[in-house]
Amino acid sequence: MITLEIAGRQVQAEPGQTILEAAESAGIHIPTLCNLKGLSPRGACRICLVEVTTWRGKLVPSCATSVEEGMKVVAHSARLRELRRTILELLFAERNHICAVCVSNGSCELQDLACELGMDHVRYPYRFPGLNMDASHGKYVVDHNRCVLCGRCVRACSEVEGAMTWGFSRRGVDTLVATDVGSPWVDSKTCTECGKCVEACPTGALLDKRTSVAEQEKDPEVLSQVTERRPRV
Amino acid sequence: MSDGKVKLATVWFSGCSGCHMSLLDLDERLVELAAKADLVYSPVVDIKEFPEGVDATLVEGAVGNSEHLELIKEIRRKSKLVVSFGDCAVTGNVPSMRNSLAPEEVLRAVYGKGDVPGLEEGDIPKLLPQAVPVHNVVPVDAYIHGCPPPAERIWTFVRKLLAGEELELVGEDLRFG
Repeated sequence: MITLEIAGRQVQAEPGQTILEAAESAGIHIPTLCNLKGLSPRGACRICLVEVTTWRGKLVPSCATSVEEGMKVVAHSARLRELRRTILELLFAERNHICAVCVSNGSCELQDLACELGMDHVRYPYRFPGLNMDASHGKYVVDHNRCVLCGRCVRACSEVEGAMTWGFSRRGVDTLVATDVGSPWVDSKTCTECGKCVEACPTGALLDKRTSVAEQEKDPEVLSQVTERRPRV
Repeated sequence: MSDGKVKLATVWFSGCSGCHMSLLDLDERLVELAAKADLVYSPVVDIKEFPEGVDATLVEGAVGNSEHLELIKEIRRKSKLVVSFGDCAVTGNVPSMRNSLAPEEVLRAVYGKGDVPGLEEGDIPKLLPQAVPVHNVVPVDAYIHGCPPPAERIWTFVRKLLAGEELELVGEDLRFG
């Protein structure tokens, strides 16, 4: 076992565990967005940033950083609060998150984070990008306006379902999640229509077809329920 | 506050009036509010000019046309506190869904060919290129989230305002939508 300090508390962890896992098993809450139990960590969104005092205050994503003997981790501070809020504001400013007309209104992890991180307004200019939806598939829809590029759909599809339908297309701020390298979802030859991507999505970017405002229910825990039942290789 | 009553104003920009409807949902609490505040300018009172010396103005809606732009600057000059009231004022919300399109494209889709109201300055104010949050145009002192903000949340805020407390809302009261 490894002993480290998180948020001023002595915490025990297994070698190879992440700071986030160690914190969660000790009941210390760190906000997350792109991380999902059952999927590999990605460190994509940076909401879970923590400060490692023993690494001269270096900022690291707690979901993707392994624990170390004697490590001291600051999980909550004025600096971290400001950084996390800034990241969240940039996510809101980047796409069109119109909560009032979103299928995930009231059950959205991005909306929840605004409450948790005290985001009373976005200090950056909204980009208002002109983005499309792909509603070609008979069961599911992707709405790029609501996507935060966390990649949970991409990982759920490749790591849990093994279909590898989802990937990323384009680059930087123009990045889009894409089925079969950008062909319409209905034409996908790899999609098994399992719906794990929809369950994994933290916002209203992936939805069941014919759901209206605030109707979309998701169960992201289904991903870890599947992986935990699998025999270890 | 010469007579001890708060001078309160409300204004309605690019929004559906839902926030004002939610304000009316304060129901019997409106009596308590009326005892402590005078509504000196609002869509629900018949006063044409925005008065001087307003203590707080609740702004519903995004800034979407030339009239909004003029009025919000006047409101800022004449109000001690400017409050973004509801998601349209805070984020742009539904009115901002036109922002990736050209105003002419939007107006033509609704009004067709020929003379189109709002395309140029006239009896109808000109549509701005984008409908933007109030704080993009003038400094804003406080924010009330919601589409519309629930009456309970408005009351939490109004009580803080009347008591002269810090106007920051927290936790669930920061939920959009």
